[in-house]
Amino acid sequence: MAHEIEAIQDPGIPAHVHRKADSDPKEAAKAERQVAILFSLSAVGTILFIVSYIAIPQDVFVFVPIMGDTNAHQLFLGLGLALSLFFIGMGAIHWAKTLMPDNEVTVQRHEFKSSDEDRKEFVKTAKDGAAAAGLGRRSLIKRSLGLSLGLVGLSPLLLLRDLGPLPGDSLLKTSWKAGTRLVTDPGDRPIKPEDLEVGAVAQVLPAMLPGQDHRSLSDIGKDAVLLIRLRPEDFNLDAERLSWTHEGIIAFSKICSHMGCAVALYEQQTKHLLCPCHQSTFDVTRAAKVLFGPAARPLPQLALTLDADGYLVAKQPFSEPVGPSFWERSS
Amino acid sequence: MKRLSKYRRHRAVAPLLLIVALLGIGTTFSVASATPNNSALALARSAAIEEGKQLFLKGCSSCHGLNAEGGGIAPSLIGVGAASVDFQVGTGRMPMADMSTQAMRKKPVYTPEQVAALAVYVASLAPGPEIPGDELLNYERDGSVAEGGELFRNNCAMCHNFAAQGGALTQGKYAPTLMGVEPVHIYEAMITGPQSMPVFSDKIITPEEKLSIIKWIKSAEAEPALGGASLGRVGPVTEGLLVWTLGIGILIGVAVWLAMKAR
Repeated sequence: MAHEIEAIQDPGIPAHVHRKADSDPKEAAKAERQVAILFSLSAVGTILFIVSYIAIPQDVFVFVPIMGDTNAHQLFLGLGLALSLFFIGMGAIHWAKTLMPDNEVTVQRHEFKSSDEDRKEFVKTAKDGAAAAGLGRRSLIKRSLGLSLGLVGLSPLLLLRDLGPLPGDSLLKTSWKAGTRLVTDPGDRPIKPEDLEVGAVAQVLPAMLPGQDHRSLSDIGKDAVLLIRLRPEDFNLDAERLSWTHEGIIAFSKICSHMGCAVALYEQQTKHLLCPCHQSTFDVTRAAKVLFGPAARPLPQLALTLDADGYLVAKQPFSEPVGPSFWERSS
Repeated sequence: MKRLSKYRRHRAVAPLLLIVALLGIGTTFSVASATPNNSALALARSAAIEEGKQLFLKGCSSCHGLNAEGGGIAPSLIGVGAASVDFQVGTGRMPMADMSTQAMRKKPVYTPEQVAALAVYVASLAPGPEIPGDELLNYERDGSVAEGGELFRNNCAMCHNFAAQGGALTQGKYAPTLMGVEPVHIYEAMITGPQSMPVFSDKIITPEEKLSIIKWIKSAEAEPALGGASLGRVGPVTEGLLVWTLGIGILIGVAVWLAMKAR
């Protein structure tokens, strides 16, 4: 065969290229000057730091292009410190690269293992130590040490209790009961239908029970409701859902059925509700039907009616659990 | 003075002084409680309505109809009220530059007087929300920043961003930034619900609470950027972008220089 493939030769280590400063005293002097300039810049930075700490009042703002109005005190303190630290580093590196000895050293790789003698010696030392401490003889110490170490090992297991307790039926229920008044959030004022114009929204919570003086965050996280008023003829609902509205006022849970964010972006013209987290879009006129996005279910609708004083109240609790899916949810 | 003071015990002094005092009080009262001539006011009002109508016919009627009844491309303006007109025209949103997804804020086309005339004309068609007066809009006195912040986070932040910088809606629509918006226009937007924005009724968010919201927005606007560029105040997205591009770019440059052999 005429065309044998030739093995590629080992090129070896490339020849060492000497720096100009190694041979030319002029170049060396130049490099020395450069390093000195860098260190001097660092000194200037430190002086700037000290001067601006003393001389610049803390409430002076200067205009810097792109950055806008900036606090001068903070700006020059930062600049001064940054310059002083940066140029110390830069000077040292430049010094090392141009002037410090430029010897190349080759070290062959070896196995990282102690010699057999050393290893034997180590095992012997450990055994001798154990014998000297009398672990074999003094069984009381051995057992109590075993007990304490075992208990220490057990303690992280106790913390697993923090994974519980199980939520029970708390995910299935909210504070809304039949007859619970809708109140503004914040403000806690009950709402009459005439308080809302067409196109108006209200963030509402259930009225607090007598004697209750605050709400827990986990309750607000389930109870938050958005109240919207549109023209009654805009609705496209079945008879039951229509009976849950009152003169064009409709209420939905604000907790997204996807991941539980607060769905409160209401576009008045399109009558769409948007979730800010993953852009799920719900159609208010069709009982919050999902139009777009990852939500799998419509937002639960709260049935509305009026109480004896003419205030909006819940007709019944939510007919399904609010918020995202969970393991025990039936649908 | 000396000459006057020698008459001070004259018996005519007391009745004379009484007459002077009564005259003085009467005149002051009649000046202070004077009501302008009602018919003159009505005349000025109808003149403003007429001026507004002429402006409307020239500038607005091609879309909104000759009688503001609306058309295929523009809504009816009957009953929208003076506040709506003052907001839409006073912020330059109307007349629209083009029929894009949303009317945007720009330099107003009409002078404040013309806006007022248009508002009076549209308000004369049917009653609607009125322009809040300066006395009502004293948010510095009547508002509370803390309460305003709570209300803003609950009612406004989901669309307008937690720092009132604005945010995106669907299909090219957006909630505009609230920085640099006149207090009266913020108030009018809340009571009229322009474009995609819902209405915030006075019973749901009371006028005092609306002033608190305005005061909070104004305090957010005046917040100094101590760290230099605020990067839109929208948090980790822009800050992260800057760090990942500029910051890490600089670090890469330094690393390349570190590893370069000197010649």
